Amino acid sequence: MAEPHITVQNLTMAYGSFLIQRDLDFVIKRGDIFIIMGGSGCGKSTLLRHMIGLKSPAKGDVLYEGQSFWQADTAHRNRMMRRFGVLFQSGALWSSMTLAENVALPLEEYTDLRPKQIKEIVSLKLALVGLAGFEEFYPSEVSGGMQKRAGLARAMAMDPDILFFDEPSAGLDPISSKRLDDLILELRDSLGATVVVVTHELASIFAIATNSVFLDAETKTMLAVGNPKILLKESPNPKIREFLTRGDGQA
Amino acid sequence: MTATKQVSPTEDQLNLRRLADNSLVIRFSGNWRMQDGLPSFHEAKKQIESESGLKGITFDTQGLSSWDSGFITFLLKINELSSRLEIEADETGLPDGVRRLLHLATAVPEQKDARRKVVREWLVSQIGKKAMAGAAGAKDMVTFVGEAVQAFLDLARGKARFRKTDLWLTIQQCGAQALPIVTLISFLVGLILAFVGAVQLKQFGAQIYVANLVGIGMAREMGALMTAIIMAGRTGAAFAAQLGTMRVNQEIDALTTLGIAPMQFLVLPRMLALMLMMPLLCLYADLMGILGGAFVGVTMLDLGIVEYFNQTKEALDVTDFVIGLINSAIFGVLVAIAGCMRGIQCGNNAAAVGNAATSAVVTSIVFIVVSDSLLTLIYNALEV
Repeated sequence: MAEPHITVQNLTMAYGSFLIQRDLDFVIKRGDIFIIMGGSGCGKSTLLRHMIGLKSPAKGDVLYEGQSFWQADTAHRNRMMRRFGVLFQSGALWSSMTLAENVALPLEEYTDLRPKQIKEIVSLKLALVGLAGFEEFYPSEVSGGMQKRAGLARAMAMDPDILFFDEPSAGLDPISSKRLDDLILELRDSLGATVVVVTHELASIFAIATNSVFLDAETKTMLAVGNPKILLKESPNPKIREFLTRGDGQA
Repeated sequence: MTATKQVSPTEDQLNLRRLADNSLVIRFSGNWRMQDGLPSFHEAKKQIESESGLKGITFDTQGLSSWDSGFITFLLKINELSSRLEIEADETGLPDGVRRLLHLATAVPEQKDARRKVVREWLVSQIGKKAMAGAAGAKDMVTFVGEAVQAFLDLARGKARFRKTDLWLTIQQCGAQALPIVTLISFLVGLILAFVGAVQLKQFGAQIYVANLVGIGMAREMGALMTAIIMAGRTGAAFAAQLGTMRVNQEIDALTTLGIAPMQFLVLPRMLALMLMMPLLCLYADLMGILGGAFVGVTMLDLGIVEYFNQTKEALDVTDFVIGLINSAIFGVLVAIAGCMRGIQCGNNAAAVGNAATSAVVTSIVFIVVSDSLLTLIYNALEV
């Protein structure tokens, strides 16, 4: 349970000469639900893009099970990326394919399963996120919440070791958002996956997090690492207290 | 924001009066709303500045019947002026809502460095920046072409990954579905060529040579050129918009994180489809153009249909068609490259998608015309 799974090492992120965050250093343990939190525009999503291989760091590295991600060659990095499942902010389903085809694509690419077997797995994954029967729908024909759940089904298609979520509750009503949180907890427990979530939704943070990092836009670095419930009680930093209490400053 | 009291509006909205205790009373009355027009601040400013030894400013809003943001901006200007002249402004005479809005507007001091600075650059540095942007653009283009070639090599080795259904769908979109517009345009181009030729040739009684003009013109040049331009506007722009939208929706990111190269999965089928369909469309356009020419020949020049086609057959050589086909194959590659490149390079917002589509068409047409000129020069040198 407690072995390090992802290590972010001395990471500095920048767009050209524009610094986003510097000197990020933290460890995510296997089975953690790890929250990347912070105010708007502090670089949470950018950090996620560095962790999933969409943007290379200005300095530093990300380690998966002790292996360097950004020092590795492209083929090796692609192999590592296959162990990820990513749920993008808007779902990012491929709009020219049905929900079933979306979930099936990674399976078709990376397994030798027969079409019929793939179909069964796809139906299972869609059923797990409550979308049984929606196989033949196109993304534009279902609601935003359903698109997000279908995106989750696609992210889980290959039974990944690590699930990344970019703002999972953005644009969802409180009930759908709660259901998604429950689903994340359930998946962590049943798949044994490590979960990394970018969010600033307090209700969500306190409901699911086991660990977190707090990024600050002003100082352009991380201010604290730890379970948000404990940070709320014990952190001496007024910025973190203000964030975790919606500006009330009281626990 | 409008608080309306039922008082009939008076003409005089603003009145300044100095009291015996050296304070200035500013009396507002009537409607102070944006849509009714606001009095100029300039007059009030002049009057306040001309008064010497003022101790304070008070406001009288007894006669004010309604107000909105326009009133607040006026008061902000008075506030600014009074603090500059070090005269105290007493806000007690203002309506409660106005006071609260004034406090809200002045609560957070203006961030001086947040305003965009307008920096005038030297001409030299402007030219330098443009040149560097141009060089970066050229580098991006070379990179894209290199990646596309790599994708084709992967395809040749049977290692390229894309969905066959995507290829068929794109072939259908840029093949069969383009037929109506290609028919119309090339028929009309044939018609135009025939008309232009007929006016000249009729003078010598050599109308029959309209068939030569139209046949050679369509087969060697116009068939390929017109299909290329139609496809640039129709399909090149569509490619750029599709790929650009996929970029904005993070669909391309989703592919990348799965380790699937967008170059193979998205670009390859589109390029293949266009490269396969363009020569076929060109051949079809050639025939339509000749039909257009024949229509003019038969209806306007009293030529027989058989006579016209025999003349065309004699005038045309296989070489003419081959040259047209080579042109159109090259145009197909160029339009596909321009469309896909602009789509893949697209930025992350809706405006960028529009720019990508526009830029795809412009780039394609420049590519087409420049390469057409080069090809014509080469054919001329080879004497074919």
